[in-house]
Amino acid sequence: MTQVSLTVNGSPVTREVEPRLLLVDFLRDTLGLTGTNIACDTSQCGACTIHMDGMAVKSCTVLAVQADGSTLTTIEGLATNGVLNPMQQAFWDQHGLQCGFCTPGMIMAATKLVENNPHITEAEIRHGLEGNMCRCTGYQNIVNAVAQVAAGKGG
Amino acid sequence: MPIQHIKVLRNGTDEEELKVVETTGLPTWDADTKFTVVGRPQSRLEGLEKVTGRARYSYDVRLSGQLYAAVLRSPYPHARIRHIDTTKAEQLPGVHAILSSANAPDDITWYEEKSKLFDKTLRFIGDEVAAVAAESEEFAQDALRLIEVAYEPLPFVIEVEAALQPDAPRVHDKGNRVDEPTIYERGNAAAGLREADVVIEQTYTTQTAVHNSLEPHGCTAFWEGDQLTLWESTQGIFETREQVAEKLGLPEHHVRVVKEHMGGGFGSKQVPWKQTVIAALLSKQSGHPVQLMLDREAENLAAGNRNATVQRVRLGAKRDGTLTAILADIQVVVGAYMVGGEASEVNGMYERLYRCPNVRTEQIGVYINAGPCVAFRAPGHVEAAFALEAAMDELARALQLDPLTLRNRNYSEIDQKKEKPLSMPNALQVCYERATAAFGWQTYQRPAPTGPKRRGIGIAAHEWGGSGQPPAYAWIKLNGDGTVDVVTGTQDIGTGARTGLAQVAAEVLGLPIEQISVHLGDTAKGPYSPTSAGSSTQASVGPAVFAAAVEAKRQLLEVAAKLLEEEPERLEIRDGVVMVEGEPENKLTVAEVTGRLAPHMIIGQGARGPNAKDKTIRTFGAQCVEVEVDVETGEITVLRVVAAHDCGRIINPTMVDSQVFGGITQGVGFALTEERIVDEKRGLVLNANLEEYKIPTVADIPQMTNVPVNLPDLAANPTGVKGIGEPPLVPTAPAIANAVFDAIGVRLRHAPLSRRQLLAALATQAESIDKSAPPHTQEGQS
Ligand code: FES
Ligand code: FES
Repeated sequence: MTQVSLTVNGSPVTREVEPRLLLVDFLRDTLGLTGTNIACDTSQCGACTIHMDGMAVKSCTVLAVQADGSTLTTIEGLATNGVLNPMQQAFWDQHGLQCGFCTPGMIMAATKLVENNPHITEAEIRHGLEGNMCRCTGYQNIVNAVAQVAAGKGG
Repeated sequence: MPIQHIKVLRNGTDEEELKVVETTGLPTWDADTKFTVVGRPQSRLEGLEKVTGRARYSYDVRLSGQLYAAVLRSPYPHARIRHIDTTKAEQLPGVHAILSSANAPDDITWYEEKSKLFDKTLRFIGDEVAAVAAESEEFAQDALRLIEVAYEPLPFVIEVEAALQPDAPRVHDKGNRVDEPTIYERGNAAAGLREADVVIEQTYTTQTAVHNSLEPHGCTAFWEGDQLTLWESTQGIFETREQVAEKLGLPEHHVRVVKEHMGGGFGSKQVPWKQTVIAALLSKQSGHPVQLMLDREAENLAAGNRNATVQRVRLGAKRDGTLTAILADIQVVVGAYMVGGEASEVNGMYERLYRCPNVRTEQIGVYINAGPCVAFRAPGHVEAAFALEAAMDELARALQLDPLTLRNRNYSEIDQKKEKPLSMPNALQVCYERATAAFGWQTYQRPAPTGPKRRGIGIAAHEWGGSGQPPAYAWIKLNGDGTVDVVTGTQDIGTGARTGLAQVAAEVLGLPIEQISVHLGDTAKGPYSPTSAGSSTQASVGPAVFAAAVEAKRQLLEVAAKLLEEEPERLEIRDGVVMVEGEPENKLTVAEVTGRLAPHMIIGQGARGPNAKDKTIRTFGAQCVEVEVDVETGEITVLRVVAAHDCGRIINPTMVDSQVFGGITQGVGFALTEERIVDEKRGLVLNANLEEYKIPTVADIPQMTNVPVNLPDLAANPTGVKGIGEPPLVPTAPAIANAVFDAIGVRLRHAPLSRRQLLAALATQAESIDKSAPPHTQEGQS
């Protein structure tokens, strides 16, 4: 067992973990933050995307011990004081979801996309979300949601 | 107790009518009805939970003392277990329960072939060998590695053609044919072929496709005392309860199935699978709650797939395009077992879609040593459309007719199988007109080729069920503050059922949707509703909610009439206010009425009534596609798809669009990239993951347009709604294949239309490339 200390959604967290524990399992099983999902074994789907030190990362590709000292935001920490992040609002408004299983990862990836490129084009949105799979929506309304935020109409 | 008419079979023959809940005398929403909530976009009621990560899926359940389970699966496509020893695994710290053929109850059988829960004969890679429940997933995996199994590998068969040889290895003792062939014939198909001026004869194949819902199958099970609770990712909570109770010998009221949210099903979760009962038994053995989720690999190996098919098709037609014969010989590759659920009726579309007096179909199921198939979004129809709609295109080319003209010339206004009228005889016509008009089919100008890139267009049609049916029940409870709880035992499988049902209730009750809550997904808390399959939830459960709301409204108006000293007939509810017709001052809010009653409560009960008996209710659709084909790389890019689908009355246009976009996207995957690949020599599935099993990403999707077709079908139910869940996927792949032919003059008859297939076909038909613009025939348009 190894000790890790990190900040998750603004709160300091210290836990003993097995060195082989994946960060996504740490979030889901150790911390009970089940909003982050797992949908593949091969780092393909993006359902597990979170923010780690300001970057969107697939949390199934990181070991919990590697996150020692980091600052993480998960889907549970995206809204501030009960007010939805504009991207959350846009996914809701634009029907950017059906079953919702890809949604947390999609939203976490999309918020970083727009943050890093405020004038993002539709083609860039599509390119930027290629690492996030959705089996339900056909992506069209997801792209619309991200475009709504990029156009400053979110929230 | 209100009354419903149901038929009961006595002695297998005599029908007797019993009555349970009233479904007659309901008002209907006809074409002239004015709506305030129905027919308008409405954001999803459960959207907030989903965008905040609070939506709880089966594997989000966290109970005190919960264990995690993992399954050891067969590494052989066909083998017998000689010996299994779990002693070492049992001794591993953190391991609480182990099940295998050594200790599992012997009387629990699975699949239609009645193999055992842990059978000593393994018939596909991924078949269940043993299961462990431990304090973490990692411990469970460690324990699996300590289980010692002596396997005796047996001869196996993977290829359908090989499986049908007389000396083929047998998947089951009875052989590799599931049953006698299913044969249908009307008229005289052989004579029809002889009458024809032109005959098309081709063989088409479709691949094994895997549902790959983003959330794999699985559940959390807790067996406490005599009560078993299952948090299950399922399309049918009641079906699961019934089957699990039966397998485990429990009375139904001791089994509770809960499903708040699920991460997709697409048919694969319409039947309970072994892991549910395994989790329940592990929970019983350990005394702890047990969570058993499949990983992506197991999901690809052992949780269902779309059956591959081989379809030999013959079409005969007169010079003017009139069909004289349709024949199809169909082999359906079912995998190692039959799992039940919706049947894969590949033959059905041949028998129904086009007017033709002489039709013969023959369908047979074939076993191979690979994971079993199960219904996958429009089972049978996706496969049939790929062949039939391509064959129709080939026929159109042979006759030098526009493919649309040929379809119109063979339009069927009746159900030819049952010789009954269709409830909406012109629905497909409307779909053709709207799709082709929005697409610009008639006026399409093919752009000149740019370098190796060629453009082309294609069209395909389909028909499907989706009428919905009884039984389904709902309750409406009017609270003291004028808010409403809609309670039903259906489930929202991701389609947005909560929202559609709330719109129905809000409309009937004259309330804003914010005042409605919908409670579903729990067998202990709501009345029976059917499995969400066959595109039927809104069409089956919506009318039950409608009936319940009508009943609640009747009671509400009765009370309001007393308070207002008026006749109930003169009252109406608008925007939450009960008012007297023509007397705007004489009114009460709904909350005032229910407040006067509280804590007494108005409860409306509703049941889904029967469908009209004298008509056949179907759904239809058509899609037009434009593609670009690179003749050097073999890459096919789908540029745009225009869809028009008949789904009866549209309750929520945005949710219908969303179903259509999602369906088209799965259709693009089916057409171009999705295929389970099995190594024939070893029986290994080579792409049991999302890396090499290619579902479409955002980069693969075309520009998609859904042209609304809003044709209320009152033969189906008083709300006029039919299903839209499955159909949008059906015509996409054949329309793409037809467009590819239009672009490059090469016919690809095997799904998926891989680059390898395209380049090989180009190489053998090199001369056709030189024709820079193959004819998109404009002659003879209707
Ligand atoms: S779970 Fe699929 S990328 Fe992480
Ligand atoms: S909404 Fe179901 S996977 Fe995206």
